[in-house]
Amino acid sequence: MPKSGAKTDTAARRNSALQLKFPSPPARPGEEPDYSKLMMSAPGEVRRPAIDTKPDDMRDLAYALIRVMDDDGKPVGPWNTDIPVEILKKGLRNMVLTRVYDDRMYRAQRQGKTSFYIKCTGEEAISVAAALALEPDDMCFPAYRQQGLYLTREYPLLTMMGQIYSNTLDPLKGRQMPIMYSAREQSIFTISGNLTTQYPQAVGWAMASAMSGDTRIAATWVGDGSTAEGDFHYALTLAAVYHAPVILNIVNNQWAISSFHGIAGGEEAPFAARGIGYGLPALRVDGNDFLAVYAATQWAAERARANLGATVIELFTYRAEGHSTSDDPSRYRSTEEGKKWPLGDPIDRLLKHLIKRGVWSEKEHAAMEEELINLVKGTQKEAEAAGTLGQGKTASPKTMFEDVFKEPDWRQRRQRQEAGF
Amino acid sequence: MPKMNMVQAINSAMATMMEKDPKVVVFGEDVGYFGGVFRATEHLQAKFGVNRCFDAPITEGGIVAAAIGMGAYGLRPVVEVQFADYIYPAMDQLVSEAARLRYRSAGEYYAPMVVRSPYGGGIYGGQTHSQSPESLFTHVVGLKTVIPSTPYDAKGLLIASIEDDDPVIFLEPKRLYTGPFSGHSDEGVKAWASFPASEVPEGYYSIPLGKAAIVRPGQAVTVICYGTMVHVSMAAVQETGIDAEVIDLRSLVPLDIDTIVESVRKTGRCVVVHEATRTSGYGAELSALIQEHCFYHLEAPIERVTGYDTPYPHAFEWQYFPGPKRVAEALRRAVGA
Repeated sequence: MPKSGAKTDTAARRNSALQLKFPSPPARPGEEPDYSKLMMSAPGEVRRPAIDTKPDDMRDLAYALIRVMDDDGKPVGPWNTDIPVEILKKGLRNMVLTRVYDDRMYRAQRQGKTSFYIKCTGEEAISVAAALALEPDDMCFPAYRQQGLYLTREYPLLTMMGQIYSNTLDPLKGRQMPIMYSAREQSIFTISGNLTTQYPQAVGWAMASAMSGDTRIAATWVGDGSTAEGDFHYALTLAAVYHAPVILNIVNNQWAISSFHGIAGGEEAPFAARGIGYGLPALRVDGNDFLAVYAATQWAAERARANLGATVIELFTYRAEGHSTSDDPSRYRSTEEGKKWPLGDPIDRLLKHLIKRGVWSEKEHAAMEEELINLVKGTQKEAEAAGTLGQGKTASPKTMFEDVFKEPDWRQRRQRQEAGF
Repeated sequence: MPKMNMVQAINSAMATMMEKDPKVVVFGEDVGYFGGVFRATEHLQAKFGVNRCFDAPITEGGIVAAAIGMGAYGLRPVVEVQFADYIYPAMDQLVSEAARLRYRSAGEYYAPMVVRSPYGGGIYGGQTHSQSPESLFTHVVGLKTVIPSTPYDAKGLLIASIEDDDPVIFLEPKRLYTGPFSGHSDEGVKAWASFPASEVPEGYYSIPLGKAAIVRPGQAVTVICYGTMVHVSMAAVQETGIDAEVIDLRSLVPLDIDTIVESVRKTGRCVVVHEATRTSGYGAELSALIQEHCFYHLEAPIERVTGYDTPYPHAFEWQYFPGPKRVAEALRRAVGA
């Protein structure tokens, strides 16, 4: 028999019934968007530490937001790195090209010419600025929403479209779903489709580069949602342990299909802050500010090239469209949220900046847009002449038995014969 | 010729290749300064430097992923997963990535790499240090799966695996590291030194993947086995006096189908032996292939001797282990004795 006091002591130690938090986004369909928790900094407000700053001495940057352009497009603060105008114009051009390309390919999917497409609308600065800030032979391990990398590194538009249509122009011989390009000549890795697998691979590639006494660094991208994968942890651990020359980008576009960033832990701490626990420097950057993305990438690249190791960069942005052609975001989020996004649109903002500087005009911009629309439309005609999905204009089906191994073994040879190819 | 046990032969294979090819690098848990928990990487760091042989954190998924990145860069990583039982965190990287880079990029990217891992029971390892997961890998197109049964084969096959441009899962029967094993648990360990297969050349040689070895020619029945079970099967053959032809597959993928078919057509009877659990084990594939290729030559049902469909039980190691008694019974059934 317990002593009479025992029961009371146990009761006193008990708290109220346990319960979980199930995060919910600030606005569902029909509700007013709420931007009060975005953790914004003013343009120019965030300091720019020297590249050899110890990660411990710059933890504040993971909780701030690096912005360069103010609301009038004027560059301000220490992250304004005087990027040459030619690079900015190239950036603008490639962002517009990316948007036009996305638009045409999206429509092609809706017309039944291919099975699937993913746009990167609103996120163009993230891949285009990175491609311009890195050296052309630095190795990129993208996720599936960085098409700006290919266009900026001049992977042929016609080949990209061939991949989308799985036609005779498709260098991947119809093996991959649309948008899962591979571009070795442009130093861009083959896209997986399994999320985050590329993250620790990029670290391995960067390690190999350093182990070989090479000078090339690696960069990789992952979404906010898939930071929850184990591969994310593997990558940050290995990158930190060996000081691998790699840039670990987290594209926080707020949404992973229908799950807002809070489902991946984004309400508890910014994604950039994940770097802190590993002893990695972490920057949180306005992903819709071309100048900020460029400057942050350059900072991380310089650091990697100086054998100071990896950097985590959270690129804060907004997925302006659905996850893919198979998604309908009006079912789960406020349609107003993206339209009124406080950090604006990356193309509009860079355009404003260039016009403000007097190096670009509305007229020139309109002419460039028209030129790029014509370029994409013309290339699309050419691509479609080589077949669209379902027309049977593909690589020979016998090629599906190739490249399983370097040389087919008896199984692929016999099965190919059985299939009659 | 120098005498080596299997661990020394595996060590010699890596040292030989690191000497020959500066692109060969070795990493994994405890493999660097310490030389590996089974000593397979002993002296490699001292000999080749920390840039070529180094310790990794406990992150099998990360180790394999990093090896893929290194392979894609142009190196030839040889990584150790300390026990095959620990390989599962790396499955996504092996199945969805290593195995498919070449295919999905139409040959633009590929990752030559070897994942070495000790597997199998007989060491009181319980359910987390005894598993035989080979059929999880043979089921994955794009991976090669290699399992040696002697020191000589271990070195030659590992060198061929390192030189191969496709990813290779190299499973090492850990019960055979220090000596062959008949499956009689009461017999002490006989050191490799008293067996001819422990004569291992110091330098370079390779054994092509996809070539089985007929370790005992015979007429009455074909025994198909690999790894530890080669020695168990040989003991059973000796104890029954049945004139069996014993085939050591050495490489499960690619599979030497011709040697199997030729033998079974000759003997008309077949016993498939593996330590792994039975259902969907590699023996199921072998039985199906033999049925497809040799049906009209078969004079008896194909026998399978395997681990039971339970996890590997610590205290019942020898009741679980498919020892020579079970193989002998299957041999007698197969020949109708």
